[in-house]
Amino acid sequence: MTELLNGKGLSLVPKTDAKQSLKDFKSDQEVRWCPGCGDYAILAAVQSFLPELGLRRENIVFVSGIGCSSRFPYYLNTYGFHSIHGRAPAIATGLAASRPDLSVWVITGDGDALSIGGNHLIHALRRNVNLNILLFNNRIYGLTKGQYSPTSEVGKITKSTPMGSLDKPFNPISLAIGAEASFVARTIDSDRKHLQSVLREATAHRGTSLVEIYQNCNIFNDNAFEPLKDPEVRDDITLRLEHGQPIVSATKAVVRGDDGALAVVPRAEVGEERILVHDAHNPDPSVAFALSRLDEPAFEHVPIGVFRQVERPAYDVLMAEQLEESVAQQGPGDLSDLLMGGDTWRIG
Amino acid sequence: MTKQVQQLDRVIIRFAGDSGDGMQLTGDRFTAGTAEFGNDLSTLPNFPAEIRAPAGTLPGVSSFQLHFADHDILTPGDAPNVLVAMNPAALKANLGDLPRGADIIVNTDEFTKRNLQKVGYETNPLEDDSLAEWRVHAVALTSLTVKALEGFDLSKKDAERSKNMFALGLLSWLYHRPTEHTISFLQQKFAKKPEIAKANIAAFQAGWNYGETTESFSVSYEVKPAKLAPGVYRNISGNQALAYGLIAASVQAKLPLFLGSYPITPASDILHELSRHKRFGIRTFQAEDEIAGVGAALGAAFGGALGVTTTSGPGVALKAETVGLAVTTELPLIIVDVQRAGPSTGMPTKTEQTDLLMAMFGRNGESPVPIVAPMSPSDCFDAAIEAARIAVKYRTPVMLLSDGYLANGSEPWRLPEVADLPDISQEFTTEPNGEDGAFLPYRRDADTLARPWAIPGTAGLEHRIGGIEKADGTGNISYDPGNHDRMVRLRAAKIDGIDVPDLAVDDPDGDAKVLVIGWGSTYGPIAAAVRRIRKDGGKVAQAHLRHLNPLPANTGEILKRYDKVLLPEINLGQLALLLRARFLVDIISYNRVRGLPFKAEELAGVIQDVIDSD
Repeated sequence: MTELLNGKGLSLVPKTDAKQSLKDFKSDQEVRWCPGCGDYAILAAVQSFLPELGLRRENIVFVSGIGCSSRFPYYLNTYGFHSIHGRAPAIATGLAASRPDLSVWVITGDGDALSIGGNHLIHALRRNVNLNILLFNNRIYGLTKGQYSPTSEVGKITKSTPMGSLDKPFNPISLAIGAEASFVARTIDSDRKHLQSVLREATAHRGTSLVEIYQNCNIFNDNAFEPLKDPEVRDDITLRLEHGQPIVSATKAVVRGDDGALAVVPRAEVGEERILVHDAHNPDPSVAFALSRLDEPAFEHVPIGVFRQVERPAYDVLMAEQLEESVAQQGPGDLSDLLMGGDTWRIG
Repeated sequence: MTKQVQQLDRVIIRFAGDSGDGMQLTGDRFTAGTAEFGNDLSTLPNFPAEIRAPAGTLPGVSSFQLHFADHDILTPGDAPNVLVAMNPAALKANLGDLPRGADIIVNTDEFTKRNLQKVGYETNPLEDDSLAEWRVHAVALTSLTVKALEGFDLSKKDAERSKNMFALGLLSWLYHRPTEHTISFLQQKFAKKPEIAKANIAAFQAGWNYGETTESFSVSYEVKPAKLAPGVYRNISGNQALAYGLIAASVQAKLPLFLGSYPITPASDILHELSRHKRFGIRTFQAEDEIAGVGAALGAAFGGALGVTTTSGPGVALKAETVGLAVTTELPLIIVDVQRAGPSTGMPTKTEQTDLLMAMFGRNGESPVPIVAPMSPSDCFDAAIEAARIAVKYRTPVMLLSDGYLANGSEPWRLPEVADLPDISQEFTTEPNGEDGAFLPYRRDADTLARPWAIPGTAGLEHRIGGIEKADGTGNISYDPGNHDRMVRLRAAKIDGIDVPDLAVDDPDGDAKVLVIGWGSTYGPIAAAVRRIRKDGGKVAQAHLRHLNPLPANTGEILKRYDKVLLPEINLGQLALLLRARFLVDIISYNRVRGLPFKAEELAGVIQDVIDSD
């Protein structure tokens, strides 16, 4: 059991010796997203990343909810479950909690995970079930044709908000940290290298990994993340989070201000020693939370990478442990003993 | 003084008091003694949803009714022969149910001016002649208990708390119940508080001795053991039997049980019970809400577990979308609905049969679901196994409709031999079923129309399922009109083709003109009413439906065999609607929705009226 508790992300999932390639993970189904959709890039990144894990393909399951991103499982030649709106974390929880030998992925979007399924998401995070949750955030409802989402900026003009949306958006990273998540990261569809590096860390983590992926919807919210892709500005505004490294962009640096809050200052104006060094493993979530708030005002500077990764026993392991303990203490269940176990009497 | 002993064939006792007075415990202990003694019995707990309503008020009254006899009985009894009233509220709330001449044992200590006022008694009913129709035994239960515990190191309040055990002792004397069990029970319950254990035992014995010595009880009663079928028995409630049935189903299906559930009255006890049996490999998951409970169960079923969710009506409403997903993904799933009074929150602790049409139709699209309903507390065991058998064999969600009356009521249960339980296991699919090693997740078994159940971890059978319509055979997404029509009909045909046993009719002489038919928990009162009619020379046939969907193949033939068909239901005619629509039979409905089970006498009157009418 100690082995289980210490087990890294996929240590319980059977491996294969067979050489795998991207092709092995492509299903025979025609991909049906709009041409130019950011989902294509994420699919290709995931398909080319999976062989790296060397897992038996049949022990990988992708579970999704409803929305454009939730079609994802159909395109992967693994086990897949395209479920109903918002409920993928709940369904995946039942699967992962009862089958620690599976690598279970949840594919979801900002509407699916943060609106209709918000409750399931936060409870999956606090339970720390062994799941990799990829949250495709395009800040819009795509499949229902363009209404604002819970991550759309205030004042968003859409079909359902002709005078602008009124509600303050969620910051998925802040939300996840607040929900006791043990692994929280952000990446972007256009940077395959970074995306795959985050997936690598997410799969190595045993417990719930939440990966927010900024994803472009070129039909209803095109260029939503353009500043992060524009070669002119992206290196200035992207704050790379790498454990043990100072948090900087090409021109900016994160420091702790006099009031204790984090501040972003011109890199040239501060000495190296003042720059905050990223500690993803800090048990105290307050700095990770403060980092998650740095992307306001929008796109002045945006942290990218793993915000938080702390070790905490995974729910499926704890659950299995109680079952084992129970057998160790009382022996395996016997139906006849159970039925006869109360106050009984005999007639005849 | 030698007291007279009178023989009775049956007795109905109701213990009533404040919800903090321990009436459920008192009733449980009296039941345990009665079961041990060998009477047949049936119980009806009745309590408010509030955990502690204001003391001494009518909404705070909790009661426990027990019917025991020297012969087999079918219901907890219509009207109590004895009422134990621990305070004025308990007296007032229950007096209306007491027939003339019944015994009333009252705790006089609680009949204070203030307590009388709380429930609107202007004068003390023990002092005016308003109780003249009954035999009142005025006992100062509280002060006698306190006096009996004088030597103990207890506060007055703690001593007063033992008054329910004094009452239990008195009743145990009055009906010659064995005492050893209660004493050892108290020793175990308060093992960590030996002083409390001793005090409760002393109060119990003081109550017994009070009966033995005082002159206000001149007669005690004996009810001989019942001649039940030979076997080993235990007393069991519906919820416990249902939990055991699910465990047995898991063993007999050779599948690990996964329960996803959210606490709700009156179903929570199934979650509690199953969570205690982890050594059977049972995973119980208390989810964040009803939807997650069923979602997790369905996810576990996809992974090869026996997925179960337990709830009541409001929870079923929330789970509907996921049940629809289980219908279309054709995965085994058991949804236990312990029905309670609705609509909305309704009356959580009161019983009803009002979820039948929701179970049948409460989902979007054509989404047929098999329905099984147990007919007695112990039958919940067999019904759970039957629900699992159907779910696993046909890869379908199954609704198991229990109710509050079955859930909390109890009766002696003749234990089955484990070796006699049905083997309900099915093989997972491990080999491709198509051309060239292809796997077709929706290629059906020709006989059952069930699709293959291939679970993650099975190499070569990787496949995707989901809520979108699937092409027949391949399971790929399909919007083809003809395919959808075919799939809708295939899913319906699969459920219609489920093998359910024929409906049996109890018609001893074969010449009855009237059939009384029911479903679920009304079996007991209907059968008791039928007995009364027959005892008086009347003729009536009885049939009881356990499978509500699909109905037994001979249902229509049986309905048409009789001149008149009477259907009592604790709803406004839900099964009647289904049977009328399906078989064009002019069913006579009898409906009461009072949150309580039918009474045998009431139904006997209704049956007699139908027999007499032309």
